[in-house]
Amino acid sequence: METKVLIDEKDNSNWRELKNKLFFGTVVVLATLTISPILLIVYELLVKGLKQINFDFFLKVAPDTFQAMTAVRNGEIIPGGIANGITGTLLMVVVASLIAIPISLLIGIFLYENQGKKYANLIRSLTDILQGVPSVVLGLIAYIWIVQGVTKGFSALAGSVALAIMMLPLIIRSTEETMKMIPISIKEAGAALGVPYHKIILKVMIPSGFSGLMTGILLSISRVLGETAPLMLTTLGSTTVNFNITKPTSAVPLQIWEFYNNPNMIDLVWSSSLFLMAFVLTLNIIAKRISMRFS
Amino acid sequence: MNDNILQISNPVLSIIGLSISYGEDKYAVNDVSADVKRNAITAIMGPSGCGKSTLLRAINRMHELYPNIHTKGEIKLNGDSIYDMSTTKLRRKIGMVFQRPNPFPTMSIYENVIAGYDLNGSKLKKSEKDEIVESSLTDVGLLDEVKDSLNKKGNFLSGGQQQRLCIARTLAFKPDVILMDEPTSALDPLSTAKIEDLLVELKAHYSIILVTHNMSQAARISDNAMFMYLGELVEYDKTKKMFTNPKDSRTEGYLTGKFG
Ligand SMILES: Nc1ncnc2c1ncn2[C@@H]1O[C@H](COP(=O)(O)OP(=O)(O)O)[C@@H](O)[C@H]1O
Ligand SMILES: [Mg+2]
Repeated sequence: METKVLIDEKDNSNWRELKNKLFFGTVVVLATLTISPILLIVYELLVKGLKQINFDFFLKVAPDTFQAMTAVRNGEIIPGGIANGITGTLLMVVVASLIAIPISLLIGIFLYENQGKKYANLIRSLTDILQGVPSVVLGLIAYIWIVQGVTKGFSALAGSVALAIMMLPLIIRSTEETMKMIPISIKEAGAALGVPYHKIILKVMIPSGFSGLMTGILLSISRVLGETAPLMLTTLGSTTVNFNITKPTSAVPLQIWEFYNNPNMIDLVWSSSLFLMAFVLTLNIIAKRISMRFS
Repeated sequence: MNDNILQISNPVLSIIGLSISYGEDKYAVNDVSADVKRNAITAIMGPSGCGKSTLLRAINRMHELYPNIHTKGEIKLNGDSIYDMSTTKLRRKIGMVFQRPNPFPTMSIYENVIAGYDLNGSKLKKSEKDEIVESSLTDVGLLDEVKDSLNKKGNFLSGGQQQRLCIARTLAFKPDVILMDEPTSALDPLSTAKIEDLLVELKAHYSIILVTHNMSQAARISDNAMFMYLGELVEYDKTKKMFTNPKDSRTEGYLTGKFG
């Protein structure tokens, strides 16, 4: 009897070990599968893009076809850079943020203050729907509203509006979630000191949730940085550095598209993509850092 | 006039026929009338859900933060209706301390004490602020413990210290009345004892209303005590009298631990 029990236990533990190993192996395989695309992308971008990255890349505008062709023929690196795209992207992100942040904070706080109310739920659903609208459609809307309606031509403003509409649902959601995480007792402390409602929001709630709000804003910015389709329909692009929001303007993703369409400038596709990816990644890391300090 | 309700001359607060409901027909506070003695500690006791917090919050109109709340009746502070003043002014005169310490997490200890002024946009000179902060922290016995870290955030303080910081924040306004809703229920016995001692000291200058469901706390430090049951003020008397000789059988039942 006793020996039988022992053998049974042994079989059992073998089976358990095998199960553990199988499970562990599956996890390793799946993890590798998940991580390999990102590793391959980074590898590809570094190998193909790094050689174009120098001071000129950040300080000069894109070369014309002839300059690029000459360089390629001589086996040199392509002169010029993406200064027009970088400045255009920054300009539009700043303008989009100026539009989107105040509106989203207001709506997010409104949703937080009106939990469970019908109209708040309606607005929350509309926000979700907005998040699902393809970005190219938002580009079309901005084209009709701004390009045709306001600036009478392609403009950075139109691009900013398209990006702002994309940012809205992201910041609204993160604002509401952040506010929910602040203990209600903090709000009560303000009220008990006779602080008026709007000052409690501005001076107590927003500072208390600052990191959370900031994280949401940064993530929404990093989300729209790479948007190409809506910008094609709204800002068109520009070969020069432009800070006039009523004029066509370049942007990094637009330039990537332009470089891609020019056989002589293929190398710039990789360096611009490398830059854009590094930029987005940095913003994401900063956002993570900030939100980690929050919790 | 109800025999079970203590009569007070020159009260700091008069609650007259106060009824409050949260929307349904049920009253959380049902026709409560009582005067509150000046420079004394008045305890409000009663089982959970009997309306203590609701009554307390009505006194500085904090209960208005809830939607659909209905309030009937009148409350007078030194003879003036609390509904005739702005909530900002009212809450300067009637401060409130909560169950859990709730210092502002983004502010330093100094900023927390002066927050009532700063958040309301009062323009005070630095020297005036310093004076208010110092005297408030002294009054709650916290100054020595924090004087080297006034500009640090208060999150390293113990729960008891944080609660004293919150009391200091309330004292900064030099209010007439301080409302406290179970201010020690989240604290350890040592911190609780310190706060109780503090309250006894503070009553020389302030009138304190203390909600507690800790009977021995009420017995230790309060001068007068109210006993509430199902929204009603069942009995209101000098604490000693109520504990030794309760008039209502429900009070007796509660004090002898039959319910609550
Ligand atoms: N925000 C609220 N909404 C609806 N009902 C409430 C709310 N707060 C308290 N009540 C109800 O009012 C009654 C009194 O509550 P409360 O004043 O908190 O009692 P206590 O402080 O004595 O425990 C309870 O029946 C409770 O369920
Ligand atoms: Mg309560």
